[in-house]
Amino acid sequence: MFKHLKQLTSLVAMIAVVFAFTTEAMAKKSKTLKNTQKKGFVRCGVSQGLPGFSNADASGNWTGIDVDVCRAVAAAVLGDANKVKFTPLSAKERFTALTSGEIDILSRNTTWTLSRDADIGLTFVGVNFYDGQGFMVRKSSGITSTGQFKDGISACTNIGTTTELNMRDFFNSKGIKYEPVAFEKADEVVAAYDAGRCDTYTTDKSGLAAQRTKMKNPDEHIVLPETISKEPLGPVVRQGDAVWEDIVRWSLNTMIEAEEYGITSANADSMKTSDNPAIKRLVGAEGEMGAAFGLDNEWNLRIIKQVGNYGESYKRNIADTGILPDRGPNQLWTKGGILYVPPAR
Amino acid sequence: MNNKIKKLVPQVLTILFVILIFGFFTLNAQVNMDNRGIDFGFGFLKQEASFDMQFTLLDYDGQDSYAWAYVVALLNTLLVSFLGIIFCTILGVIIGVARLSQNFLIRNSAAWYVEFFRNIPLLLQIFFWYYAALRALPLPETAEPWFGVTYMTIKGYYIPSMIWENLNVFLSCLLAAIVSIIFIRIYARKLQEREGKQLPVFYISIGLLIILPLLSFLIGGVKLDFELPVLKQLAQTSFIFEGGIALPPELIALVVALSLYTSTFVAECVRAGIQGISKGQKEAAASVGLNPNQILKLVIMPQALRIIIPPTTNQYLNLTKNSSLAAAIAYPDLVLVFAGTALMQTGKAIEIVGITMLTYLTISLSIAALMNWYNKRIEIKEK
Repeated sequence: MFKHLKQLTSLVAMIAVVFAFTTEAMAKKSKTLKNTQKKGFVRCGVSQGLPGFSNADASGNWTGIDVDVCRAVAAAVLGDANKVKFTPLSAKERFTALTSGEIDILSRNTTWTLSRDADIGLTFVGVNFYDGQGFMVRKSSGITSTGQFKDGISACTNIGTTTELNMRDFFNSKGIKYEPVAFEKADEVVAAYDAGRCDTYTTDKSGLAAQRTKMKNPDEHIVLPETISKEPLGPVVRQGDAVWEDIVRWSLNTMIEAEEYGITSANADSMKTSDNPAIKRLVGAEGEMGAAFGLDNEWNLRIIKQVGNYGESYKRNIADTGILPDRGPNQLWTKGGILYVPPAR
Repeated sequence: MNNKIKKLVPQVLTILFVILIFGFFTLNAQVNMDNRGIDFGFGFLKQEASFDMQFTLLDYDGQDSYAWAYVVALLNTLLVSFLGIIFCTILGVIIGVARLSQNFLIRNSAAWYVEFFRNIPLLLQIFFWYYAALRALPLPETAEPWFGVTYMTIKGYYIPSMIWENLNVFLSCLLAAIVSIIFIRIYARKLQEREGKQLPVFYISIGLLIILPLLSFLIGGVKLDFELPVLKQLAQTSFIFEGGIALPPELIALVVALSLYTSTFVAECVRAGIQGISKGQKEAAASVGLNPNQILKLVIMPQALRIIIPPTTNQYLNLTKNSSLAAAIAYPDLVLVFAGTALMQTGKAIEIVGITMLTYLTISLSIAALMNWYNKRIEIKEK
């Protein structure tokens, strides 16, 4: 009798354990989201200062289009775009910081490549800037095209970037012998190039345009017209938290789609009564667009109201600061660019 | 028996504790890496590195493997450490002796030198030499030659390279000279022990070292030509020197900063060593008829070295470890290339940082072993 009772209790216990696990698994949405809401701020990895993308002013306020992605996520999940803790990272440190859990979003002009996406425990969620690698030279050198590069040219760049690899591919394919001088920090690269250590400075063209503003005399330098690589830059999250990945992806998509539908930070509230259901979905007035993430229904409205749409962010950070007034490929697909995001429905 | 167990228990517990801690960290890393889909393994070492290096001692190309990139970067680290150790020793001995000089000016300049370079953080000194000193150097097109054929420019120090014909003949002559010097020294010692005669070993050695290699030029068919650096125009205002050997400014700045910084500590070791020998030793040596040269060589130095070597070993180790600051100024050492670029491209953080740590540990332990061996050789042999 007692023997059977014992077996019965262990069976009940086992069932209870299995049941407990399943219910927990169902209730568990996103660990990162839960942690973020508990902490009260989004942990965001940014650059050590790249005007237009992520740059801190004298009082420590971060601005830039990469910064705005993190602010959008903060607005969506915490209700306040200012609840972000920024961690400046070098190119070398960035992925380790993300995979080790020191930050939850890496929004640091990072190129989306196959090996990065597949190999090292990262997931790219989208593209917030289409870029390509270029070269900067001194105007006085008379060089106006990469075709004038000669054997022995020295090129300054950053370590730990796709730049280093593209540079090799480029010079090898042209059969030019070159001297790579690779620094850990962007500021060091700029200082060395500015001092005359290198004949050319190579990185993403947006980076060249931004760093040029930091030079002693920006007018003495030009960015050559050639683009030697594709550099789709975008935010990255850790692999293994699909819900968090979706939140970041759709925060970025919301900004881009809002521009497409003409929703701005100023008119977002009034758009709630729009006739267009696509617009209404984007400002939380129709459908249940937040439930799948475990968020309320106005998460996207908050992004647009507090951070603005992509066009506003671009204008504020990159165009008005004189870095790249022309949007080039970073224009909506409806206006001749390649910004095209899946619909929010 | 009981006593034995009492002694054993804490030791076993300690070992268990250490194993547990290691086990915990390994397990923790494993679980986290599994969660993030990161594999652990050293297979990446065979993959193509696909990045270039600015300065290498051996042939390296981006098509080579990460393993070869590691070797080449390690050699760069060893080169800086080696040069640094040589220069800091030479400078350190000179400054250390100068601190004990009778001359007021020499003594105090040496003291100021030590206090100045010892008390400024090394990284700052490296930045100073690289950014401040480098900026002051001329561009290649305006550089005036040093010693007629070398050029110090912002892009590096260009020196002539040597082009040998029949280099092997020259090297065998050099080897022959060194071997014969060793034999002559052994013979000279025996002669002195047997008959008390002294041979001018030093002059004989110098003579052999000069005459034998010289003979290889005259009758061995050895020829030496120099390739001089020549200015080449890349663009309107962009020049470099071609031909010869180019020492990158990163290497120069690093060696200068490391040598100057570490030499102050070596100087203090040398001073302490010499001051540690009592005056009586010198006077006693003089009273048995040794000349000042012999006093220094046979009485003072052997004793002073015993005091100097152990702390100087520490300084050599420090210099080697400090050479990893190279990463700050783009010198392609182990940290910049392997723990930097390679880590970034492969994402194998644990493996690469582990290998790098093991490498530095091995270098440091090797230097320590070598210096300990030397220390053993010169310490007092108690009979």
